[in-house]
Amino acid sequence: MVMTLLTVYVAQFDLEGMFKDTPVIKSFSGVLNALVALTIAVIKATAVILIFMHVRWSSRLTQVIVVASVFWLLIMLSFTISDYVTRGGWPTGLGEY
Amino acid sequence: MVGMWLFLLTEVMFFGGLFLAYTIYRTIYPQGFLYGSHLLNVPLGGTNTVVLIVSSLTMAMAVYYSQKGDRKKLIGFLTVTLLLGLAFLVIKYFEYSSKINDHLFPAVGFYAPVTDGPHGVPLELQQPVRVFLWIYFLMTGLHAVHMIVGAGILITLILMAWKGKFTKNYNSPVEISGLYWHFVDIVWIFLFPLLYLTGFHVGSGGH
Repeated sequence: MVMTLLTVYVAQFDLEGMFKDTPVIKSFSGVLNALVALTIAVIKATAVILIFMHVRWSSRLTQVIVVASVFWLLIMLSFTISDYVTRGGWPTGLGEY
Repeated sequence: MVGMWLFLLTEVMFFGGLFLAYTIYRTIYPQGFLYGSHLLNVPLGGTNTVVLIVSSLTMAMAVYYSQKGDRKKLIGFLTVTLLLGLAFLVIKYFEYSSKINDHLFPAVGFYAPVTDGPHGVPLELQQPVRVFLWIYFLMTGLHAVHMIVGAGILITLILMAWKGKFTKNYNSPVEISGLYWHFVDIVWIFLFPLLYLTGFHVGSGGH
């Protein structure tokens, strides 16, 4: 039943996410809000993956697969974004080499 | 079991590509995305998020009871999960229909978001807002399709459990369906702040 309590706690994070976005100072030209919201989302997702999906107690192979998918996402995001960033006229120049 | 995880990995790639598109376009059109996000209904989206998180809980309970061999509780929790999933889809239906009525859906008559009124969009922002709405409908639409598939899976599970096919030793279908359901929930957990909460702090009542 620890799971139950944990979930209620996690569900609260959702409301917290909504409230945190209202009075947060607009630092780094508004990026901070997105960062906080995303951090909360990552924490929630991690809790769901580890506990609900039993990854914490799974075989090493399963854990490798989960880490591999995250790793793949990181590669895709970082490489594509770095490609766009190094194009001239970022961020308004779309498709310019 | 491993097969389901590999399938989920392909799903990560599927949704990941869309999240990438969101990231790029959001960086290029920050104002448009801010504006577009205000067009969405945050309370409904928030309700849907809570609905999904609770449904993940009930799904986990269903898996737990399938491991215990408790048929009654298993069917009970599977049914609750199914009902919550359907509630999510119903709320989505209301969100979509209001968008379609406001001519904000990418179809015939879409390319005319008005310049004034409660959903008015200033002229120079219209193309970025269209991009935002495209991405919104694409991502939530794909997610909704996954929810429908998940609902079908749950119905199948309920029927199988009703016929008494699950025992303490054989409950794999319930477990791997649980994995699928949790995955769909995780996707929404990321979708919600990115799509709905983008402009939340700027004061959604200002427009």
